[in-house]
Amino acid sequence: MSLLATRRQQQTGAGKGKNGRKRNKPEDFRSPGEVAADKRKSHMGYWLILPGFIFMLLFFVLPVFSLLATSLYTKPPGADIGQFAPALQFSNYAVVLQDYWAELIRSFGFALIATVAALLIGYPMAYLVAVRLRHRNLLRGILLVLIIAPFFTSFILRTQAWKQILADESLVVSALQAVALLPEDGRLTATAFAVVCGLTYNFLPFMTLPIYASLERLDTRLLEASSDLYSNAFTTFRRVTLPLSMPGVMAGTLLTFIPASGDYINAALLGNNQDTTMIGQVIDSRFFRVVDYPGASALSFILMLAILALVTLYVRRFGTKELI
Amino acid sequence: MVLTDAARDSRMETSEDRGADLRLSSITKRFDDFVAVDNLDLTVPAGSFFALLGPSGCGKTTTLRMVAGLERPTSGSISIGGQDVTKTSAYERPVNTVFQSYALFPHMSVFDNVVFGLKRRKVKDAAAQAKAVLELVELSHLGARRPAQLSGGQQQRVALARAIVNHPAVLLLDEPLGALDMKLRRQMQGELKKIQMDVGLTFIHVTHDQEEAMTMADTVAVMNAGRVEQMGAPRDLYDLPKTPFVANFLGKSNLVAGTITEDLGDTVALNAGGNRIMVHKSRTTSTVGSVLVGIRPEKLQILHASDAPAGPNQLRGRVSDVSFTGVSTEYLVDIPGIGALGVFSQNRGQDSAERGDEVVLVWDTAHTFGLAGTEDALSGIEEAAVL
Amino acid sequence: MKQAIGRWVIPVLGGLAFVFLLVPVAYVFAYSFNDGGRANLTWQGFTLDNWGNPCGAPAVCESLANSLQISAVATVFATILGTAIAIGLVRYRFKFNATANMLIFLPLATPEVVLGASLLAQFLNVGADLGIGTIILAHTMFCISFVVVTVKARVASLDSRMEEAAADLYASPVQAFWRITFPLLLPGIVAAALLSFAISFDDFIITNFNSGNVETFPKFIYVAATRGIPAQANVIGSAVFLIALVIVIAVQILSARRAKMLAAR
Repeated sequence: MSLLATRRQQQTGAGKGKNGRKRNKPEDFRSPGEVAADKRKSHMGYWLILPGFIFMLLFFVLPVFSLLATSLYTKPPGADIGQFAPALQFSNYAVVLQDYWAELIRSFGFALIATVAALLIGYPMAYLVAVRLRHRNLLRGILLVLIIAPFFTSFILRTQAWKQILADESLVVSALQAVALLPEDGRLTATAFAVVCGLTYNFLPFMTLPIYASLERLDTRLLEASSDLYSNAFTTFRRVTLPLSMPGVMAGTLLTFIPASGDYINAALLGNNQDTTMIGQVIDSRFFRVVDYPGASALSFILMLAILALVTLYVRRFGTKELI
Repeated sequence: MVLTDAARDSRMETSEDRGADLRLSSITKRFDDFVAVDNLDLTVPAGSFFALLGPSGCGKTTTLRMVAGLERPTSGSISIGGQDVTKTSAYERPVNTVFQSYALFPHMSVFDNVVFGLKRRKVKDAAAQAKAVLELVELSHLGARRPAQLSGGQQQRVALARAIVNHPAVLLLDEPLGALDMKLRRQMQGELKKIQMDVGLTFIHVTHDQEEAMTMADTVAVMNAGRVEQMGAPRDLYDLPKTPFVANFLGKSNLVAGTITEDLGDTVALNAGGNRIMVHKSRTTSTVGSVLVGIRPEKLQILHASDAPAGPNQLRGRVSDVSFTGVSTEYLVDIPGIGALGVFSQNRGQDSAERGDEVVLVWDTAHTFGLAGTEDALSGIEEAAVL
Repeated sequence: MKQAIGRWVIPVLGGLAFVFLLVPVAYVFAYSFNDGGRANLTWQGFTLDNWGNPCGAPAVCESLANSLQISAVATVFATILGTAIAIGLVRYRFKFNATANMLIFLPLATPEVVLGASLLAQFLNVGADLGIGTIILAHTMFCISFVVVTVKARVASLDSRMEEAAADLYASPVQAFWRITFPLLLPGIVAAALLSFAISFDDFIITNFNSGNVETFPKFIYVAATRGIPAQANVIGSAVFLIALVIVIAVQILSARRAKMLAAR
């Protein structure tokens, strides 16, 4: 250290330079993006976002209000099928809640189990690719492609494949029966297990990819530092790896839970018609089979609000700012 | 390096030989509630190598960006060669910039980067001129490469070539050597200076490195908190700083508070903690009341207490720290009533003082400078230390 | 010993996860060779007939053509609108920035069944005819959010000094966009378009709500699933899989080569 700097330290308390540097934004410290944002407040920005936003207003925001309006419609006496009159019939909500609360709760239950299962499967997968194989570029590239590979083939075809995998005469079922994990007359197809299994499977990449993205940025020297400071592998994971990958876990769980709770393809293809019905199936059938637009809309609206509430609670509880 | 014919010809047709005067008149730039540049007046004569020196956040980069047209001043005006350009956009100004960390277009070859500006202006023999300038910076063999395939020093030269090929009235360099390592930086300083003399353009160089500014520029303006503290030739600035900020930021200074006691004609005497110190009147900004007097550490001579001559400019104290740096030894000496002063002493075989020794510091009155006593003696120290 | 077990836990679990992920894909592929006729549920024997005649089952190829057409148009719309939004949101300051981001985020946080139902409610209320047009509108809507998210990341990582350098070198804003900004954003835009296409092509739930009588490929399979999906559907599914795989691998190799070229000294 130079002498004059030492002198400066000896005379602490003398305050900063009279002009007080570093107030808000010394320009050299601002990011390039910020510099640009400062400069451009022209109308160009509005022209860029306007078309897209008008589109979103017309085909996302307005429809949500349409849904809300429709959910309050009433069926006038003697009207044809599919004819409803605008009204404020709030009792629609009470009726559908009374009739379908079980399906609603089941949907969230299934989605929750599938999310936890996907986390338990997806995390080691992401860890393997992002951390263990960090320096094996080719293998890592191949495995990354394999994680998204299921997206390349039809969602419904893959779900149908699960129906075949879990069919009564399939290898999986025979094997489970052989080791007595499943009773002789037990079956997997058309059960809640099959539905949850399908949900877990279908949304697994949505869980794995964000976690991968978080773990990819993880500095592995931190793990070494942790073990150098007397942590065993488990403690290192709990205290270092997991907290640092939380943004990925948050994004992954949301990206799995949200679509899973509204999904009905798995329930329709892998479930039965009694104890696996999910809310999506009900909405679909109220729209198209029963032609009860207000009821179906009310259910959709309830589903949306419930998910928003759950997501808000979840983010508040485990909050990270950047989700996307 | 020689300027080739093509480059020379094109210079003739695009702009006058010595660049153009740049004049900033009462420029202010505000970002929300932060004043980055505060009522700045600055004139840069054509053909000069001008350095804007200051710590980060002093407003030098903002000033540069306003000259380039990348930032609009909140108030004030900018003129180049007598023409008001305040309201024009960056792409309409005869100004080019060598950006900090270069901002080379990564998807284009080196040649395409260099020819970019000429093509935009639809210059006729663009390709020939670009080649000539690549030759000037000794990169003609790398024209087909992408910027990422070049070393830092080569990228730096591409950035320079990309700017000077357009023969701007003013060339702006924003910390152009900041991304290079120390050795390369020293080498590039020389090259830049040479190129400036070859092409004869007005260069404005923004830097926080005082050594870089002093080696390269004809004129240095030291900026602090949005204003120019002092402007002049490097030697004058170092020798006779006018504010504590300049004294501390440009090199190191010992600043001592005192009160003027006597007027001796050409000089004044002052009392600093019971010691008598002399200053030439021409070297002090204030000649009455309380002042700060400064002495550069290398101007101080350190003697054993017993060797002290008679006369003024003597400070008795005790060595509190010694550090040996090879060519010189740095001492910290505690002076009762004043505080700790730093001394640089060249190692020319003299006896060195030890920690705890009683010593006397003496110097020539011609090396004392005086500053207004109302100023903060520590201004600029922290900024210089950050670098 | 304990350490050795620890070292193998992750690879074994991860490996099993990959098996879990890929077995159904293998099933789809294998059953495209099944000589099962209409009801392609159990293995009946190997045949190449399905691959020789992928349009053999009624309405398979019509639905495929519809799907391709819908996805292509929706992708073009969504990519253009979404890219513009992404650039606007990152590069310009708005008073309603938070609202704007929310508007993009919400469709991603809404289950498809709700998106489908609300669009249907809207179309019913305005009396629109359901068909290819309404499907395209619906797909464009949810693809925009994906495009914005993908391209935004790219715009944010783009050094804005590139554009400043272009302006400094006499490029007008329009020239700077097409010569500098656009080429640098292109990989992100292409990725966003591919993603849009894939999502649109595979969408069932939203489509089902807004398609009226128009058959798309996923809708065809879903309807067929109750009586048995024809093996031709597996052929098309497998072919799409292979094509996508080739595209992704090609893109990976190209970008790796590009990265190598850019990074090489």
